[in-house]
Amino acid sequence: MTHSQNAELERQAAESSVAGPDNRLRITLMVNGDRREVEIEPRVSLLDALRERLHLTGTKKGCDQGACGACTVLVNGERILSCLALAIQYTGQEITTVEGLALDGSLSPLQQAFITHDGFQCGYCTSGQLCSAVGMMREFDDGVPSAVTADVASGTIDFSDTEIKERMSGNLCRCGAYVGICDAIREAHSEVHSEVHHAGESR
Amino acid sequence: MISNAFSYHTPETLEEALAMLEDGGGKILAGGMSLIPLMKLRLASPESVVDLRRIPGLKAITEEGGAVRIGAMATHHEIEISPVIRGKCPLLGEAASAIGDIQVRNMGTIGGSVAHADPAADYPAALVALEARIRLRSANGERTVEASEFFVDAFTTAMEAGEIVVAIEVKEEEASEGFKYEKVAHPASGFPVVGVAVRVKKSGAGIAMARIGVTGMGPHAFRARNAEALLEGGAGAAAAAAVVGEGEETNSDLYASGEYRRHLARVHAGRAIAAALTRAL
Repeated sequence: MTHSQNAELERQAAESSVAGPDNRLRITLMVNGDRREVEIEPRVSLLDALRERLHLTGTKKGCDQGACGACTVLVNGERILSCLALAIQYTGQEITTVEGLALDGSLSPLQQAFITHDGFQCGYCTSGQLCSAVGMMREFDDGVPSAVTADVASGTIDFSDTEIKERMSGNLCRCGAYVGICDAIREAHSEVHSEVHHAGESR
Repeated sequence: MISNAFSYHTPETLEEALAMLEDGGGKILAGGMSLIPLMKLRLASPESVVDLRRIPGLKAITEEGGAVRIGAMATHHEIEISPVIRGKCPLLGEAASAIGDIQVRNMGTIGGSVAHADPAADYPAALVALEARIRLRSANGERTVEASEFFVDAFTTAMEAGEIVVAIEVKEEEASEGFKYEKVAHPASGFPVVGVAVRVKKSGAGIAMARIGVTGMGPHAFRARNAEALLEGGAGAAAAAAVVGEGEETNSDLYASGEYRRHLARVHAGRAIAAALTRAL
């Protein structure tokens, strides 16, 4: 999205800043790179807007109260719970759902790794796990420490299972596929890194 | 679960926000981690929701003259990774990183947390141990309230109608201090069943200064002043920890009885004191 598009959406958001209780508002959400218009009341959660209005049903409703992580989506690359977000708050921000993770119609390395390592059984938590893992790997690569990072000052963090578990603790899996989920994330992370490494070498 | 209908407002200044609260039917929305679930359960049904996210400057974390000022809209994640917090009041950063999970920390704010005053919130233990001051703004001006006087009861604070939390002010921890936040997380919610925040400053073989904040045990966070006095008077960690929570009210629920919580507070105070002492210079 260009800066001018951003500015336009920001202006729209400012104009929509007063919404009466019965006032259905037309807002624009940027979802997976597409501008999507949706008419909503202020009380509609981002999750319901995605699922019920935009028919992007990949994002799942689990507990609907911020405990399970099934509804995790990325906003400007950060993981949030779409069930506890009002859609109206996210006008003009870059929203990524599980539908936006594939690359040119083929599974991303992370999605493929979830299949390879049986990172799910029933699959209900999977879209949240995937979005969360994307955000988690970016945070890790940016050097963002976690509660279990021993030596924050050193600036280097091991991509250990302890780190993965702490950083993925917002996503529950009732089937208990955690071992497969950790394996998938570890593999996807090392794969992406070896690609970056090779790309660097070939120059 | 869909909340009752409400009107939604995004004021651009604090003055506008305060004006919107004047008729009494409005509720401030910060990160929404407590208010939105309460509204969905229809335990809260405000006529209007006043979202503070567009007010500039409310997120800033700054230091000046030996004190750190944390804007009310700073998220838990911004606090846990802030170099200012890590450098000047690391106890608060440690408590922030223990909150919920990263999704919650990306959305939830310190101002929202203190205003909501959940008896099992993590921050209050650290805030009372840090002798933090809560800065409030109303149409009549600004005032500050000491953290130990701010949390009055479960979900009840010293705030008056029409006031907004604008910042939390914390004096810098001295570099020689040791600190530790210890919690027993509820296995489902991640909230502390009990959380203990400790600061200590050594003086030779003794302890020159001790601050102990406890959350989760009772209806509100409190300072274990009796245990602090014992430590400062030369008693050992075990003797001091053994009096934590004496005379304080306790919370009881299906998961943990009041007596069990008091026991946990003592065990974890002991651990937190020991850990803080190993970090003190």
